[in-house]
Amino acid sequence: MEYIKAFLVGGAICVVGQILIDKTKLTPARILVLFVCAGCLLGAVGLYPRLIDFAGAGATVPLTGFGANLAKGVMEEIDAAGAVGIWTGGLKSAAGGLTAAILFGFGAALLAEPKEK
Amino acid sequence: MEANERTKQEYAKMVERTSPKSPIGKNCLFAFLSGGAICTLGQMFRHWYFSMGWTEEECGLLVSVTLIGLSAVLTALGIYGRLGKHCGAGTEVPITGFANSVVSPAIEFKKEGMVLGMAAKMFLIAGPVIVYGTLTSMVVGVIYYLLGR
Repeated sequence: MEYIKAFLVGGAICVVGQILIDKTKLTPARILVLFVCAGCLLGAVGLYPRLIDFAGAGATVPLTGFGANLAKGVMEEIDAAGAVGIWTGGLKSAAGGLTAAILFGFGAALLAEPKEK
Repeated sequence: MEANERTKQEYAKMVERTSPKSPIGKNCLFAFLSGGAICTLGQMFRHWYFSMGWTEEECGLLVSVTLIGLSAVLTALGIYGRLGKHCGAGTEVPITGFANSVVSPAIEFKKEGMVLGMAAKMFLIAGPVIVYGTLTSMVVGVIYYLLGR
């Protein structure tokens, strides 16, 4: 059941992105920016955490989940450390994912050759 | 002058006719199936890591790192890019798409050097995402600090 919920919710979030691509001519980069900011705001007002409770990876894997994680990080850090959390909380919560992307990006660039066009 | 105007209109019509139709229904179906499949895969890893006794927070990180690693391998093999042509947002919106947007230019631009090529172009798409994501998180933080506690 939890797999079906993850599939449906994750798929639906991607369909929203696809409709924006087809209907508004927004570039994929702008869609990703939009999704992270939207996820951050939805996370801040408490809606996105409920979606994560419902759909698990269906909500955390799309980039909106990355945004919600930023909001969660900043709020937790403010609870723990006060105003300094405004400066550190967001990126702290994103650090693991960013470090992984940087490491694997670097590793792939060392090992793989660009395709000749 | 008038003739010029007419050719412009004819040209616009011609562009309309010959540019590829974007079949939105089919695109959405592919995005739904591929995006859903990636999230289901994430849920399988999440389940697996939970059963190994990691906490909720650790599981979230481990799932992200796993999917980013898988995406990097598929991108390096040229498979992720080919999938993306059919799946559109279904492969762009999940975190695997974010990883692809980092890994793909890193490979592509390494011929322009390891600093201003590979390392700089790595953030072509990830950079804006981080910039606006961080700024939004600060706005959220300020509001939360002033009102929320």
